[in-house]
Amino acid sequence: MTRLLDINDLHVTFPTEDGDVKAVDGISLTLDAGETVAVVGESGSGKTVTSLSVLGLHNKKRTRLTGEILVHSERGAVDVVSCGDEELRKLRGSAVAMIFQDPMSSLHPYYSIGNQLSEAYRVVTKASKKDALKRCVEMLDLVGIPEPQKRVKEYPHQFSGGMRQRVMIAMAIINNPRILIADEPTTALDVTVQAQILTLLKELQKEFNMGILLITHDLGVVAEVADRVNVMYAGKVVERGTVDDIYYRPLAPYTMGLLSSIPSVYGKGTGRLSAIPGQPPSLISLPEGCSFASRCSFASQVVGASCATDAPQLIEDEPGHSARCHLALADRRTAGAKFAAKGGTA
Amino acid sequence: MTPIVKVENLTKHFPIKKNALARRKAGNVKAVDGISFEIAPGETLGMVGESGCGKTTAGRTIIKLYEPTGGKIYFEGEDITDMAPSAMRSYRSKMQIIFQDPFASLNPRHTIGRIIAAPFEIQNITPEGGVRRAVQTLMERVGLNPEHYNRFPHEFSGGQRQRIGIARSIALKPKFIVADEPVSALDVSIQAQIINLLDDLQTEFGMSFLFIAHDLSVVQHISDRVAVMYLGKIMEIAPTTDLYAAPHHPYTKALLSAVPVPDPHTERTRERILLHGDLPSPMNPPTGCVFNTRCWKAQDRCRSDEPELLQIGASSVACHFPE
Amino acid sequence: MINYVLRRLLYAAVILLLVSMAVYAIFQFLPFDPAALTCGKNCRPNLIAANRVRLGFDKPVWEQYWLFLSGIFVGRDYGVGSAAFSCPAPSLGYSFRQNACVTDLIKQALPVTLSLAIGALILWLIVGIGLGILAARFKDSPIDTGSTVFVLIGTSLPTFVTGLLLLIYLTLKNNIIPLNFDGYVSIFDHPSKFFIYFLLPWITLAFAFSAIYTRYTRSAVIEISGEDYIRTALAKGLKPKVVLRKHTLRAALAPLTTLAGLDFAGLLGGAILTETIFDLPGLGRMSLKAVNDFDLPVVLATTLLAAAIVVIMNLIVDLLYAVLDPRVRVG
Ligand SMILES: Nc1ncnc2c1ncn2[C@@H]1O[C@H](COP(=O)(O)OP(=O)(O)OP(=O)(O)O)[C@@H](O)[C@H]1O
Ligand SMILES: Nc1ncnc2c1ncn2[C@@H]1O[C@H](COP(=O)(O)OP(=O)(O)OP(=O)(O)O)[C@@H](O)[C@H]1O
Ligand code: SF4
Ligand code: SF4
Ligand SMILES: [Mg+2]
Ligand SMILES: [Mg+2]
Repeated sequence: MTRLLDINDLHVTFPTEDGDVKAVDGISLTLDAGETVAVVGESGSGKTVTSLSVLGLHNKKRTRLTGEILVHSERGAVDVVSCGDEELRKLRGSAVAMIFQDPMSSLHPYYSIGNQLSEAYRVVTKASKKDALKRCVEMLDLVGIPEPQKRVKEYPHQFSGGMRQRVMIAMAIINNPRILIADEPTTALDVTVQAQILTLLKELQKEFNMGILLITHDLGVVAEVADRVNVMYAGKVVERGTVDDIYYRPLAPYTMGLLSSIPSVYGKGTGRLSAIPGQPPSLISLPEGCSFASRCSFASQVVGASCATDAPQLIEDEPGHSARCHLALADRRTAGAKFAAKGGTA
Repeated sequence: MTPIVKVENLTKHFPIKKNALARRKAGNVKAVDGISFEIAPGETLGMVGESGCGKTTAGRTIIKLYEPTGGKIYFEGEDITDMAPSAMRSYRSKMQIIFQDPFASLNPRHTIGRIIAAPFEIQNITPEGGVRRAVQTLMERVGLNPEHYNRFPHEFSGGQRQRIGIARSIALKPKFIVADEPVSALDVSIQAQIINLLDDLQTEFGMSFLFIAHDLSVVQHISDRVAVMYLGKIMEIAPTTDLYAAPHHPYTKALLSAVPVPDPHTERTRERILLHGDLPSPMNPPTGCVFNTRCWKAQDRCRSDEPELLQIGASSVACHFPE
Repeated sequence: MINYVLRRLLYAAVILLLVSMAVYAIFQFLPFDPAALTCGKNCRPNLIAANRVRLGFDKPVWEQYWLFLSGIFVGRDYGVGSAAFSCPAPSLGYSFRQNACVTDLIKQALPVTLSLAIGALILWLIVGIGLGILAARFKDSPIDTGSTVFVLIGTSLPTFVTGLLLLIYLTLKNNIIPLNFDGYVSIFDHPSKFFIYFLLPWITLAFAFSAIYTRYTRSAVIEISGEDYIRTALAKGLKPKVVLRKHTLRAALAPLTTLAGLDFAGLLGGAILTETIFDLPGLGRMSLKAVNDFDLPVVLATTLLAAAIVVIMNLIVDLLYAVLDPRVRVG
């Protein structure tokens, strides 16, 4: 398999008046061609900050970035963290493209769809305006916009939310990038439109063999499209594995809590939800030990370490399946079985 | 038993003016276009549908935050449709609303204590033991620290703010609460806390809920019956188990099949109905069945005759060719 | 779009008509006898009576208004026989004080005011926008701090102080810009003299305005830079320069057209202070003098002119905005 992306021990810190915000606190992940890797986590867990780092879109003056983000392309590997501005710019759009959460505000209100699409194409290929426009029409057609010939001349406000997200997708893949980063691509959309967009992404991935880094907080979406999953909590990956690992054999207490918090259409739908009590810690003063300790119901069962003072490491408990927790593996396996998704008992 | 709330053919249209100079109306947004249902005491009616289908408008019109354009609203058997605001006042304490956005719905310059005490003030009621005592009891009840009485909204997280909104809405022990997407802005782990809280409060006080949400799993969890809306109309209304197990309306079916399930195995095996196109504009909805532009079963009849809500088992379905 | 333009033109015409009526009505209710004001202190009743007839003040108000209005389009004749004289179209009345058709007076003063306003506009747009962009680009750097100081001084110093200071230090004390005794010359006749003549007034006017524009541009550019669509543009791999020029500035400066248009219109109505300090024979000084002299026809005409300029500028600005922002243009 072709490796496309290696993130190694990435730290992203924002110095603010109140103190340093450790938005991303040492995460590592990989992405291969043709696969979808999901990053899930609650609001503020550092998902967007991670994805923006891959494109180097943080304001350099106001951000402290350490670690390594290797983007592999035909020209070899480039480290986004340390490379120069010009090199970084050349990666954008051609090797790595991105679609954002809010299709309403992600397109420039003053320029026509055709103008914005062809700009993305021409900055990489230097094609003529006429060729670029032809390509735009093709792309709009590809992402399922009816009458592309006509719509290409229209403006963003004349498109619905779902249509705009299609335009964003067209813009992202217009130069055949190998890596597509999708930051909550369907969160702002209705479920029926979300289904259309996810299906479209899957089809395009198959056709172009892209690696997709999918950022989302929706465990349903992850189950639908992802191959591998990274669960984030307070800037760290707390569990990593295949989708089946995460949903059927969760090993981190936080993942278990997350799974049991969701009311499921296909679950029993009755009784109380087992909510995780409390709320995530402040990123400015992260606890010394495990970030999840104050909300974790297993903390008291840990022997040999203290969840409050010793920070657990991400350990590969099973091949390809890692978790960050002090609790004995056997105990976590038993607990995980209780919280696991039902496995298609629909 | 008299239903707590009953609406008949409720309609709410918003006039659209082209611009300030041309006073003439350019059209109507048919936000809610003839809906009928009842909610029994202690019952939770869920209301789902896509963005812009009129859920919020329906919720607000029922408790008369909006003046209805047509139809009837009965509260405990009493017709309140045309009741004057002064006469409505005594009803206000019996019906409350929880808003979607826990950030925008709290006045940033008022303390939590003052926000939660507002219903007492408005209704001119002094609870037993004084306002402060009552508010602190409420705070405790919804899981807030009563010592935070004098803090301001910005010092609280989204989930906590929603608790504040809930405390305010249950202050007068209302009989009916419209919960307009009370958990949509929250994370799953926090969302579960709030859903559990609402569950408990209902058991404790026996109030009725109109629970509005676009998340079908949340609605399923909390509702006794569910109404599915599309373009201002009810497509299907049925007991929760029936609706989710055997949806009769094509739209309900499509909606259910579009919801991603947090279970990879189910996701891999189940079949998905993909609807084409987008929601039509509520300014000029399609003739006949409003769903006909996206329905895979649509026939000529669907484009000319509007289907009525008809009984199928325990469900009511507005479709000429129900499943 | 065509429909929109036509409709806006119609509105503008109606508003102008209403404004003219209102202005005319106000002057009717002033407690002066317009005929008595046509001659100075030594007016004799028969002269007043004669002027009253010659200027049409004896006619009913609506007829006077009609004469005034039609005069704008077809010109106007006053008096009869050998005493007759006429002001050709567009006639805005006749000033007895200055023994001249008001239109001719305006024709003399307008180029001065126009030169003043246009020059100042160009200057303050360049300085204001330029400095605003620089301050935004290099936020929190010395450039930004400098611009903040500039904004503070520019917005707090009144025009007459700036003007006098410039006059004293640049011309009188150091003679960097020579004093000009030739009066107004057209740019077409003598460009260098024209520039020297207007340089100080331009700087004076532009100083205050560019401070406001710097502040606006800076905050608009910073705000737009944080928009999602700017992130999209960067993610495409565009050069930061291109993103700034094509994406950020377009969105940040479009609303500036409205501001600039209205400020410009305000100046055309007469920059009274600046014109007085530098002794420029423009519209502002002309109306000020007319007010002092109770020269009613001139006051009426300049008021109307100022109102008309604002209405027309509004129209232009709105049309321009529609061209710039597709959301206004389509749907
Ligand atoms: N430029 C910044 N300066 C300071 N703090 C920031 C900045 N950008 C992000 N943060 C903080 O970093 C944390 C992580 O933010 P991030 O946007 O990555 O969260 P997320 O996981 O994407 O959440 P969401 O689901 O809400 O989008 C948040 O607490 C946020 O407030
Ligand atoms: N005050 C108003 N004036 C004009 N139109 C309105 C008004 N309020 C709502 N609408 C329109 O009525 C329709 C229904 O809106 P409503 O807010 O009830 O939808 P909703 O189902 O609550 O959607 P969402 O899920 O986005 O909250 C929409 O098309 C909306 O644009
Ligand atoms: S390390 Fe301790 S607190 Fe953290 S998840 Fe494991 S058991 Fe819970
Ligand atoms: S009435 Fe026709 S168009 Fe409407 S839902 Fe039924 S089958 Fe579809
Ligand atoms: Mg995010
Ligand atoms: Mg709503």
